[in-house]
Amino acid sequence: MSEKPGWKSLPEGDVVKAGTAAEFKTGDWRSERPVWFPERCIHCLFCWISCPDSSIIVKDQKMTGIDYDHCKGCGICAKECPVKPQKALEMKPERGEETCQK
Amino acid sequence: MDSTVEIRWHGRGGQGAKTAALLLGEAALSLGKNIQAFPEYGPERMGAPVASFNRISSEPITIHCSITNPSIVIVLDPTLMDSVDVTAGLPDNGVIIVNTKLCPADVRKQLKLKGGKVFTVDASGISKELIGREIPNTPMMGALVKATGLFDIESMLKDTEAKLKKKFAAKPEIVQGNVDAIRRAYKEVIGE
Amino acid sequence: MSKIVAKTGNEAMAEAMRQINPDVVAAYPITPATEIVMIFAKYVADGLVDTNFVAVESEHSAMSACVGASAAGVRVMTGTSSQGLCLMYEILPIAAALRLPIVMCDVNRAISGPINIHCDHSDTMAARDFGWLQIFSENSQEAYDSLIQAIRIAEDPRVHLPTMVTTDGFIISHCLDKIEILDDKDVTAFIGQDRKANNRLLDLKNPTSVGLLDLQDYYFEHRVPVAQAMKDSKKVILEVADEFAKKFGRKYGLIEEYKLADAEVAIVALGSTCGTAKVVIDELRAKGVKAGMLKIRVFRPFPAEEIVKALSNVKALAVLDRSDTWSAQGGQVFTEIRSAFYEAAKKPKITNFIYGLGGREIDLPQLHTVFESLKNIDKQPVVQYLGVRE
Repeated sequence: MSEKPGWKSLPEGDVVKAGTAAEFKTGDWRSERPVWFPERCIHCLFCWISCPDSSIIVKDQKMTGIDYDHCKGCGICAKECPVKPQKALEMKPERGEETCQK
Repeated sequence: MDSTVEIRWHGRGGQGAKTAALLLGEAALSLGKNIQAFPEYGPERMGAPVASFNRISSEPITIHCSITNPSIVIVLDPTLMDSVDVTAGLPDNGVIIVNTKLCPADVRKQLKLKGGKVFTVDASGISKELIGREIPNTPMMGALVKATGLFDIESMLKDTEAKLKKKFAAKPEIVQGNVDAIRRAYKEVIGE
Repeated sequence: MSKIVAKTGNEAMAEAMRQINPDVVAAYPITPATEIVMIFAKYVADGLVDTNFVAVESEHSAMSACVGASAAGVRVMTGTSSQGLCLMYEILPIAAALRLPIVMCDVNRAISGPINIHCDHSDTMAARDFGWLQIFSENSQEAYDSLIQAIRIAEDPRVHLPTMVTTDGFIISHCLDKIEILDDKDVTAFIGQDRKANNRLLDLKNPTSVGLLDLQDYYFEHRVPVAQAMKDSKKVILEVADEFAKKFGRKYGLIEEYKLADAEVAIVALGSTCGTAKVVIDELRAKGVKAGMLKIRVFRPFPAEEIVKALSNVKALAVLDRSDTWSAQGGQVFTEIRSAFYEAAKKPKITNFIYGLGGREIDLPQLHTVFESLKNIDKQPVVQYLGVRE
């Protein structure tokens, strides 16, 4: 606690700069992660518009990847992906699929 | 407190007892007095007995409790004398002014009033004739001024006329009717 | 030019609001405060003010809209009473924690149940711990003057806290009284044309987050500044009152002393009862009784030192509470005053009268009874109910 600021130096009314989540890894409690398959992707950007955490990285109007520092693994992108028969985004367990080797 | 005149108005919901107290308060204020005007808030409905009050004083008024011993009582509806104790708290030298066609002696008998002064005036008749509706409250103000000499009738008329002109800008005939009714009641009120 | 007019408490507050010309008013009607907002809504409709009037669907929404608008940096007002204030309770402490200078016209009324529309202080007293400044008014003039001062006090950078100015329901809110209305220009000059806000929610160049989650590690540090601002507000209230007195002639303090200098027996009261008590004190003084009164104008922040100083020479004191804490230890004013005297070397004997709940009449004979009881203060119970049928 000692390194945290005291009440006299905090901003009045707890009003702080917006968008500070960018400075933190807010995705570290994800249990499942979306995995992107570029070869299937049609770049419709449904995932980008649906993502509640702005974690779909888009460059020049093309899907280019996922910001795993902030993705919380909600799965909306995979749900909304319209590509058939196999979706371009699939949810996979966060910790891989290792099994006990004993 | 002796310099403060306390007044109670009795009427029925819709007869203008509250408005009368407000108008009298405003008139007294413009004549340089300190004033209060407030209604009694109960279960209000058209036709139910209601009361409203005034305090008028040359000194600042700080008191904020109800008025229980008014020196002046004004009864806007004579039928209230059967159901409401309109003389409650009225001192022996008090004044009661009733809107009725009866003469003061009849009212005194009906109220079994020994002391005080009783005044009567047909404010309903006057208002029907001059305002076109039965609104006895403004003529009763004229009767009040005559009966008590609280203030000069001409100054009060001037002030009330100005107030009504503001309120009824679109209906000048109502303004003149009210002013005439106050003057007429001032002339016709009789007392003993 | 100022002018002398006849106005009810509600009309006086609405008139002050017109002159203040707030940017946003969000409100929901409730007796006996309805007229304030009703009259003000007419001013909006008639184009007499520039206010954005938000007709909401409840008091909870009213206070929420006020918080949003105030966080955006503009001047915000509202008005309510009783159950309406109760419905705002959830949002009131948020307004204080966000340090938003919202100013409220609050008409004191009993809280249900039973349902009752008349005056007592239960609604306002129950809101005393939410970080709002609370100013009580003896009459329409005080309500009008305090509402104008409240804008300055609440918006002062040393305060930045919401403020409620109260009148007593019906007794003041609906009583036509003689009052002096200041010139529009003088009011504008006194309060300043606009609120000067540090943070503006809608400043796109400097975006901010407002209304954050603070857990065990930060919440405490964000509540203590409210206490500090409340403490600092005393000085600001007096500064604003001094400036008001210099400009307009009427002097206000945190408390008002009435014939206290040599008083041996005294009462403490708030609101309209103080006016009635002045008559009783004059009557007692005429009979040679050294009676006096301390009127609390500002209940939050609580003027503890000032009260102790003003009452230390009194021998017997009755505190009049128009509400109860239901602690079985007395009303809100009483418990605060007894606590304030704990460290004092010289203190009066103190008793508590809880009176006037639900608009129960408080008249001259009852107040005489209170003073009479002070002759035998040792025989008085700590708390008693005045004017209740046993």
